[in-house]
Amino acid sequence: MDDNNELVIEESLGILQKVRKVRKEHKKYSRNQNGVLHLMMLPAVIILFIYSYVPMFGILMAFEKFDMTKGVIGFFTSKWVGFDNFIRIFNMQGFQQALFNTINIAWWKMVAMFIVPIIVSLLLNEIKNEGYKKGIQTIVYLPHFLSWVILGGILKDVLGLDGIANTTLHALFGLKPIFFLGDPKLFVNVLISSQVWQEFGWSTIIFLAAITSIDPALYEAAIVDGAGRLRQTWHVTLPGMRPIIVLCLVLSIGGILNAGFDQVFNLYSVPVYKTGDIIDTLVYRVGIGGGQYEIATAVGLFKSVVSLALISISYWLAYRFADYQIF
Amino acid sequence: MKIKNRIPESRPYRTFQLINYIFMTMVAFLCLVPMINVLSTSLSSSSAAAAGEIKLLPVGFNLYAYKFVASNTAFWHSMWISIERVIIGSIINVVLCIMTAYPLSKSSKEFKGRTIYTWYIFVTMLFGGGLIPGYLIVSWTHLLNTIWALIIPGAVSAWNVILMLNFFRQLPKELQEAACIDGAGQWTILWKVVVPISKPVIATIALFCMVGHWNDWFGGYLFMNSPKNYPLQTYLFSLLSMDPTKMPGIPQNVMNEISKVNGKTLRSAQIFLAAFPILCVYPFLQKYFTKGIVLGSVKG
Repeated sequence: MDDNNELVIEESLGILQKVRKVRKEHKKYSRNQNGVLHLMMLPAVIILFIYSYVPMFGILMAFEKFDMTKGVIGFFTSKWVGFDNFIRIFNMQGFQQALFNTINIAWWKMVAMFIVPIIVSLLLNEIKNEGYKKGIQTIVYLPHFLSWVILGGILKDVLGLDGIANTTLHALFGLKPIFFLGDPKLFVNVLISSQVWQEFGWSTIIFLAAITSIDPALYEAAIVDGAGRLRQTWHVTLPGMRPIIVLCLVLSIGGILNAGFDQVFNLYSVPVYKTGDIIDTLVYRVGIGGGQYEIATAVGLFKSVVSLALISISYWLAYRFADYQIF
Repeated sequence: MKIKNRIPESRPYRTFQLINYIFMTMVAFLCLVPMINVLSTSLSSSSAAAAGEIKLLPVGFNLYAYKFVASNTAFWHSMWISIERVIIGSIINVVLCIMTAYPLSKSSKEFKGRTIYTWYIFVTMLFGGGLIPGYLIVSWTHLLNTIWALIIPGAVSAWNVILMLNFFRQLPKELQEAACIDGAGQWTILWKVVVPISKPVIATIALFCMVGHWNDWFGGYLFMNSPKNYPLQTYLFSLLSMDPTKMPGIPQNVMNEISKVNGKTLRSAQIFLAAFPILCVYPFLQKYFTKGIVLGSVKG
């Protein structure tokens, strides 16, 4: 009996050792594989560290009287002035106006870019000829791919005093030439509508995808219940789009301080500063044009903090109501 | 829908469809009018352009503006810089994006540290140091005035990485597992198994990167000290904003003379030429990017 027992124990010990060995090898193997994965991440980690994380120390500039001659080292050695730069900004001439303009422009852009793409995707969905639909889509996507330098150049030509917009309006209604880009009242409208021109087609992609993923059985059920086209849209299509609509709306909240630097910078001029000058353009002129780098950085920090707070809230809302997780 | 064939459409609906076709055609047409107008202006005589006679068709057709642009070495030089940037920059962008997104698409069990890496990348999307610190770093790493200043700092885009990793996650796990059992390492699995079946998302991101590099003007404006290093969009920006101190290529006195004669047609020709490469590319990638965006951003 004892012999037998010992034999069993020896045998099991042998098996155990084997198992351990295999496990060890597997662990080694997977650690190696993990090593490869870490190695793949390395270039991105390094680049982001140098070009995204190191500049974050530059935020210190906002609280300093920055010594430009020292470059990056200056982040740590310049004289600390506390909140002086921020106080200077809020007392700066034109800042409050620019803050108001920014929110005003961003808000109306948000409203327009919320309504137009939904309507257009509903209408596009009713075009049953696939080839024709695709052609229209290709055309409306086009402005999305052009830079604001090009779009701005085109708009300056088209909306100029002798541009096609004015000559057409004159021919149709006998209107006097309107200076679209030089009139403070009209300028905001030009910004909003040109933003819609650039992006509405692109925004329909995601809505159209949501529409095509709606279960056809729902439409059939609605038809059986006697619903016409309008009622089908109201009771089937729109509810089917609801999650994605909520998501887009929520995620756009974070952009309330982004009125579009590229666009405004390429279109504005001195006469329209009153309504068209936004924080970004003001800071560009004062901070970079005028060499007041601390001011530019302080405003950047102010914007980042506000945006960060709004984005956090909006992601939380998106998670809560649309069950959306970014990764 | 098959039902459509059985129940004839109601009359109001048919009326609506007719109106809808007309309306959508008009919307598409309105989107195009400004481009057509600019193209026609570039092909018109300078006197017609100055008088604002041009609508949709060229008036007094000629190729003078294009001939002039063809002889403008500054234009072609900046276009070459842009082409160089698009090719090198997009390849680096896409390769880095694939390499970064793949490990992150694993579960935290398979790849320890995944969560930390993901946050590391996500934070850069929420928060940045801003323009001037960024400029100082680029200057500190001696990239100023070289093409690398336009490529390296933005080489890793958090948005694209997230788009791609969401796509990778939806791929069937069995393929990777099968390759793993056959003894393939992660590197081989990525390039031989995952990449070939991820065409839509790679094409989408490649298109985004190419368009982004081609369209960026501010980077060139910020990081290039001398106008002869400007990429095309920056060159165009300085041309359109008519900033006399930064006027590239053409001597000021010559430029003044030209702008008196036919600055408008010349400008239009350069605008059109700068937009042309994009017009040639994006329609052919349409089926990829509509698919890629939707698959990457909406999770099933």
